[in-house]
Amino acid sequence: MKQEIFKDTWELIVGLEVHAELSTQTKLFCGCLNQFGNEPNTNVCPVCLGLPGSLPVVNETAVYFAMRLGRALHCSVNRSVFARKNYFYPDMPKDYQISQYDLPTNLEGYLELPSGEIIGIERAHIEEDTGKTTHIGTSGRISGADYSLVDYNRAGVPLIEIVSKPEIRTIEQAKAYVSELRGIILALEISDAKMEEGSIRVDANVSVREIGENDLRTRCEIKNVNSLKSLGRAIDYEANRHIGLYKNGESPRQETRHWDENAGRTRSGRSKEDAEDYRYFPEPDLVPLNPSEETITKIDQEMPELPSKRREKLANLTGVKPSDVALIVERNHDAFALNVIEDGGLPDQVVKHLVNNLSAGLGELTAEALAQLVQMENKSEITSTQAKKMLGELVQRGGTPAELATELGFEAIDTNEVENLVDQLINEHSDEWERFCSGDTKVQGFFVGQVMKATSGQADGKLINQILNERSTSK
Amino acid sequence: MMSEPISPEEVAHVAYLARLRLTEDELSRFTEQLGAILNHAEDVEALELDDVEPMSHPLPIENTMREDVPSPMLKPSDFLPEAPAVEDGRFLVPKILGEEP
Amino acid sequence: MSGMVPNQYQSASEIAELVSTGEISAIEILERHLNHIEEYEKDVHAFNLVTIDEARAAAEETDKLIAKGKKVGPLAGVPVAIKDNLCTKGIPTTASSKILEGWKPPYDATVVKKLKEAGATIVGKTNLDEFAMGSSTENSAFGPTRNPHDLSRVPGGSSGGSAAAVAAGFAPIAIGSDTGGSIRQPASLCGVVGVKPTYGGVSRYGLLAFASSLDQVGPFATSVKDAAIVHEVIGGYDPLDSTSIEQAPNSFLDVFDKDISKLKVGVISELMGGIDGITHEVIEQTNKAVSVLSDAGAQVEEVSLPAALYCLSAYYLIAPAEASSNLSRYDGVRYGLRIDGSNLNEMNVNTRTEGFGDEVKRRIMLGTYALSAGYYDAYYGKALKVRRLLAENFADLYRNYDVLLSPTSPCTAFKLGEKVSDPMTMYVNDVCTIPSNLVGHPAISIPFGKGQDGMPIGVQILAPPMKEPVMYQVAHTLETAAQ
Repeated sequence: MKQEIFKDTWELIVGLEVHAELSTQTKLFCGCLNQFGNEPNTNVCPVCLGLPGSLPVVNETAVYFAMRLGRALHCSVNRSVFARKNYFYPDMPKDYQISQYDLPTNLEGYLELPSGEIIGIERAHIEEDTGKTTHIGTSGRISGADYSLVDYNRAGVPLIEIVSKPEIRTIEQAKAYVSELRGIILALEISDAKMEEGSIRVDANVSVREIGENDLRTRCEIKNVNSLKSLGRAIDYEANRHIGLYKNGESPRQETRHWDENAGRTRSGRSKEDAEDYRYFPEPDLVPLNPSEETITKIDQEMPELPSKRREKLANLTGVKPSDVALIVERNHDAFALNVIEDGGLPDQVVKHLVNNLSAGLGELTAEALAQLVQMENKSEITSTQAKKMLGELVQRGGTPAELATELGFEAIDTNEVENLVDQLINEHSDEWERFCSGDTKVQGFFVGQVMKATSGQADGKLINQILNERSTSK
Repeated sequence: MMSEPISPEEVAHVAYLARLRLTEDELSRFTEQLGAILNHAEDVEALELDDVEPMSHPLPIENTMREDVPSPMLKPSDFLPEAPAVEDGRFLVPKILGEEP
Repeated sequence: MSGMVPNQYQSASEIAELVSTGEISAIEILERHLNHIEEYEKDVHAFNLVTIDEARAAAEETDKLIAKGKKVGPLAGVPVAIKDNLCTKGIPTTASSKILEGWKPPYDATVVKKLKEAGATIVGKTNLDEFAMGSSTENSAFGPTRNPHDLSRVPGGSSGGSAAAVAAGFAPIAIGSDTGGSIRQPASLCGVVGVKPTYGGVSRYGLLAFASSLDQVGPFATSVKDAAIVHEVIGGYDPLDSTSIEQAPNSFLDVFDKDISKLKVGVISELMGGIDGITHEVIEQTNKAVSVLSDAGAQVEEVSLPAALYCLSAYYLIAPAEASSNLSRYDGVRYGLRIDGSNLNEMNVNTRTEGFGDEVKRRIMLGTYALSAGYYDAYYGKALKVRRLLAENFADLYRNYDVLLSPTSPCTAFKLGEKVSDPMTMYVNDVCTIPSNLVGHPAISIPFGKGQDGMPIGVQILAPPMKEPVMYQVAHTLETAAQ
């Protein structure tokens, strides 16, 4: 495991707990709709309200989604037992949450980052989401609130919780982990995983230790991180806070802290002296889940192409640098790229356009069109400036580059024509030419501008410079 | 095994976990009663059962699940009238001290 | 109130027959029972609520269907009393607790739905020990129920109200729940038939949970046959209950009348002379039952169930543990009692302290302790292993025996107030019934003789899971002899 040095001689240790809301039609333990934006307490029934006498029944699709994610993360899929996690809070209708404890669905896997680094995954288990509490008072935050209101529409929505091993060593790795995990989840189509909407939530367990130490020191759990940027800032703040304490001869308390985005700091949560004892025990209202070999084999066979595989494919074909490949796959443009290359587009030029000029989306652009465009560029039939402009049009309204070039009047400017123009200019502006030849690069723009003017901007800038240089050296 | 298998402090702690308040009198009474029950349970505690699998369920069944299809839901008027306090269609609770868990 | 059932119509199957053929109306049957209730209920206090208007509406509906020649269910016009820990839509369901006083569920328990579909007339919600925790119905927040045979004595518990309702003739059938003996023990003390089905045989959806892996809903009746009929009506797989199972495809009455000469019966020695507080009368009657069965040709032998000795302890760790979690939801937030506080925590504490009685609090704390960090393995974890041992004991016995026999309760009905001061004294009442709950096996209590005090004695037949037919068969043989 590569060790990163963080602030002098300290090593950063991060483990991430990611919760993703599964995009099933109904909730985990009842047939209520798993939907947003409805009037409060309208997507509920006796089960998800925890009414006396109600009983849970497991949603088979939620289980299926969870097993697929487990396999995508190289976990073993096991016989699992649901467990009750007991504590009092009004957003939990039963005052216990049905989760999984020592026998979860998925165990012992790993996640490969785009850089190739491996982060171990301890487990990925299924549990139910809580309702939503709104705090009414002056600040809208829990402290200072006069009272709170609870809506159970979200109670019982299926969640999968993925717990990484504490093997993350840099903030970049932490962000890459979340992005990659998200990419996998999206590829599996089991959640829409939007951090801003809360359908994917990240908690970070942060600790530090001096380089060379083997044991882990006290860690703190950081909650309320709502974006990758916040994740980075929160980890940075917290690590520094720990280091500060150690340098002072103190040490951090093991606790849950909340990230305050506005203040740019973490704050202590409820006092942990009376640590909550969750009294986990097997859920007696549910029976164990024991997937068959056939089920797991089928899941493996139906596994879609995951981001790492797609990056590998594109990298092999194009020999392009990892960051570009990762970007294209993240935007879901890799299949398109492969098609363009198949249609005859040169790999690195295809990649260049995708990375630089198509970040907003492909729109009406077809693979054939891009391939053709790249070929035209290659044969110097159009300049790169022209290509960029044409791309914009093709994305907006489709069509073929050949037709578009004609329409826009982008005719190929002959090399001879450019040479003649340059020679003409050299004759007409001998002073400027003298200056150029003696090394005055500023005057280069003048000559290029003149040629552009004479050709209505359609000459290839590269070509002009090439000819200018040839002329100056041949003198 | 001690004759006092559970102390008043432990009873008080357990009462806190269960959100119950006990008077002094109740605390000592319950400590005694719970102690008597746990004493009786000594016989279980003393058994050597390392090789025995726990049985959390009388039934040997597995994999009971349901399809991911909607079923009828309740309307707020079905249960909100039974709620102790409601505002804006939501359950009202007194202020919560401390951070969210 | 002397004598058992001054009411003429005692048999559910008889009533159903008369009503469905139009010989007598459901309304008339109902009115007779309501009159009887009006006269004697103030002494017995079997009910938390008599649902007069709803019952009349239901009986009228049944009569209308019959008049139109429409098909009606097997319990058409039969009055039934429902334990007040089963949800009845729009009708208060309180578990005899202050914390749920007046709470109206927005849905019917599956069992209640099935009874309605079978044409039964629900006459009311019966009293119980609060949240089904107790063996005498003295733990009810609304006052105890009294034994119809002797009003100074308890009816047993926790389904004391249901047992008393049938014993007093308020309804020919009633529904209760059994977690450690809460149907069978009151049945024994009140001299009626009570059945705990195979775990999973009857849906728990709508039953206010006490101990989820032990609870079962079951019938009270005045005859074994009626009990079997009700059991069939309320039983069956329910997709709303993950722990429910398909019933055996055959009827419970398949071998009801067949002779038992080929059967082998084991008498559980650990549940006879050795147990705390067992009276010689109970032993005597149980031995008489043994004679009846051997005279009928069955092979009856003494057998050993070693793990029986640890059952009480295991039960009093497992049941409270599950209960402590099941009862967390009563927190004053969504339904039921709320006693305000300056903050949420205070409100929770005020509500639960005020709303729960002593026995409930005791079990919640015991259960919380058994599950808590550091104690799980020693207590709850160990108890789950005892359960496995017990299951193995039973499995061994059932390789050689068809059914097992024991007393239902070590004693007859005790006086009100006699056993309330010491919980352990109360708990030992369940020593014969608890084993069946721990392993999920079916068992039935049938009245068999009386004590010197004139109070009923009950004898228990235990059967392997899903083997209700042979259980009913043997019970019927005993019942016939007892008459």
